[in-house]
Amino acid sequence: MKRLPVQGRTIALLAVIVPLLAIFIYVGLHSGPLAPVAVTVATVESRAVTPALFGVGTVEARYTYKIGPTFAGRIKRLDVHVGDLVKAGQVLGEMEPVDLDDRVRSQGATFKRADAVLREAEARHTYAQTQAHRYEQLLAARSTSEEIVTTKRQELQIAEAALSGAREEIVRTRSDRDAVVAQRSNLRLIAPVDGVIAARDADPGTTIVAGQAVVELIDPKSVWINARFDQISAAGLAGGLPARIALRSRSGQTLNGRVLRVEPKADAVTEETLAKVLFEAIPQPLPPLGELAEVTVDLPALPAAALIPNAAVRRNGDKVGVWQIVAGDLQFSPVTLGAADLNGYVQVRRGIKSGDQIVTYSEKALTGRSRIHVVDRIPGVSP
Amino acid sequence: MISLAGRDILHSWGKFVFTGVGLGLLIGVTLVMAGVYRGMVDDGKALLDNSGADLWVVQKNTLGPYAESSSVNDGTYRTILAMPGVARAANVTYLTMQVRKGGGGGESESDVRAMVVGIAPGELGATPGWPPYLVTGRQITRSHYEAVADIATGFKLGDRITIRRNHYSIVGLTRRMVSSSGDPMVFIPLKDAQEAQFLKDNDAIWQSRRRTEANPAFNRPGVPGLLDAVIASQSTNAFVNAVLVTLKPGHAPDDVAESIRRWKRMTVYTRAQMEDILVGKLIATSAKQIGMFLMILAVVSAAIVAFIIYTLTMDKIREIAVLKLIGTRNRTIAAMIMQQALALGVIGFVVGKITATFAAPMFPKYVLLMPLDTVAGFFAVLIICILASVVAIRMALKVDPAEAIGG
Repeated sequence: MKRLPVQGRTIALLAVIVPLLAIFIYVGLHSGPLAPVAVTVATVESRAVTPALFGVGTVEARYTYKIGPTFAGRIKRLDVHVGDLVKAGQVLGEMEPVDLDDRVRSQGATFKRADAVLREAEARHTYAQTQAHRYEQLLAARSTSEEIVTTKRQELQIAEAALSGAREEIVRTRSDRDAVVAQRSNLRLIAPVDGVIAARDADPGTTIVAGQAVVELIDPKSVWINARFDQISAAGLAGGLPARIALRSRSGQTLNGRVLRVEPKADAVTEETLAKVLFEAIPQPLPPLGELAEVTVDLPALPAAALIPNAAVRRNGDKVGVWQIVAGDLQFSPVTLGAADLNGYVQVRRGIKSGDQIVTYSEKALTGRSRIHVVDRIPGVSP
Repeated sequence: MISLAGRDILHSWGKFVFTGVGLGLLIGVTLVMAGVYRGMVDDGKALLDNSGADLWVVQKNTLGPYAESSSVNDGTYRTILAMPGVARAANVTYLTMQVRKGGGGGESESDVRAMVVGIAPGELGATPGWPPYLVTGRQITRSHYEAVADIATGFKLGDRITIRRNHYSIVGLTRRMVSSSGDPMVFIPLKDAQEAQFLKDNDAIWQSRRRTEANPAFNRPGVPGLLDAVIASQSTNAFVNAVLVTLKPGHAPDDVAESIRRWKRMTVYTRAQMEDILVGKLIATSAKQIGMFLMILAVVSAAIVAFIIYTLTMDKIREIAVLKLIGTRNRTIAAMIMQQALALGVIGFVVGKITATFAAPMFPKYVLLMPLDTVAGFFAVLIICILASVVAIRMALKVDPAEAIGG
């Protein structure tokens, strides 16, 4: 009976010490660098892959008409505002003619004066003709001197010259008048096609240099996307491929389109390939020009091959490959990768075959000596 | 032979164990403190490991890209690729900023301090700068508006985050990808990152445009396109922070670094030099701070162990006097006290190691408990216990056996 309390104490002490030691050993083996690395494992499957390309671009109009005067001048009136729909041939505005109207009138008067001069010349010519004819007959009847006849012939020739001069003068003054009238009408700003006014850069009263745009007209049917694809991920991009377009202002909405052409000139500075992408149907309301758009181009599906998630691709030294699980042990298998899609799957050309077990996710970087334990989900990752 | 120490411990085992647990908590704090220091160093090394680079090419005469800011033209990598021994070269940008979760306003937004890393597009798995492993999701496949985040950011797959004015969707999560100051990383495509780094807010852009417009040199009525051209040239960024270089097998990093330094006139760091910069310069002061604290904690622990053993001995000074009275040898008494001190130390160490291990993941920054540190800590605890017991032993041996019957 006397020994019991001591035994009781020993048991109590052991009850504290033994679990403590057990936890200590567990802690020593399951934390820190000695702990096994949690990994998830996937089986390589043979599946078809539909590669796709992703690029960004801006909405642009294929045809932009910058309308402005051909002479320096001041704007007299401008009838259209941004957003107005205009028809081909519609007068959008007019430049200040300054003295052009006066010059038209002046040229009109000059023309009329030339007309009068012509009539005078005709009258002189008719008279000279009559006189010359009469004196010819008189000479035939020997009732006048040959000298007078010669004089009359010369007068007729002079009258003929004056007449043709007056005719040419008419042509000249008419052309002059037409030229001024043409200049006058050139002051009107006329829409070359049906379209929408995209910009109005100046208002009436502003002085514009020759060639400067007053309004910008776009053809809404010609809206397209100038898309840029990183050259690394632009293999297979070609005209005619279907594309999906997401506009920045219409997030969640996907519009259909297709690649019109791949530009023969790429951007050397940004290392991007440029392509033009058309909308299948122009979205309404029209997206603003310059809006950012994301373009996903679907490439034709490739035949089935061993497919792995791209998270499984690791680097070990200077080799790229996957960590394969062979009989419970880790083994690094270098692979040659093929086409990839945008959902994170990549085809393997060489290195592993379907049915192989590979590590997809791991808690930390793996080495050949890592101990692993396979889990469904890496600790800390929420479902 | 009876173990005097064992009998004594059994006699008052509750007190003994609780003292040990208390001491253990103190040792635990010390171990965690050592772990904090190791964690800081490991953060720096993780940064270098995860970049996967053998060489870092940075702006001339800077300690970039981690310790100082550095900017390199983004076409530089092509000239570096042409150097002998270089296998791959990839641009990279680093920018520490608050990353907002969610987009489009709302009060439910939260932000996380993160290091945004711009990674160059390239061959999967081979391009330096990419996160070397994931814990879920996938690597970035689109060249814009996708992100892979460290799990410590608290982001989940499918979350939308806002960096500057663009929204990114989280497509993958990784782990232990931190900056040298322990901020989790968010990986985004390089072009987006370049934009994010130099993109001003919209108000600043408008103001800058106005300033340019007001400058008569750029806004000339006779030259209609000039203003647009000037504004366009102001809003481009063709710079990155560094070029990460991997080497072909069989080329010494120092040789390749030297040839890039010589012929391209850039500053190049090898892995060893980068580690020196990170550990020796970037975290040097904080490391010293922690080291100082660790020292103080060790001294305080030693003092406390000494006090505890001293008081434990003083408590049974009468019993020791009795032992002396009945003729127990000094060696036996000294062994009893020292065994008790060592037992206390062992219990304290075990408790300390357990608490440190369970407490470490709760710290906001990484705490790395190295097995070597633990072993060193164990022997330090034992030595401290032995030294502390020496004082108590001296007291016990000096006791007068008469005290057993007197007082």
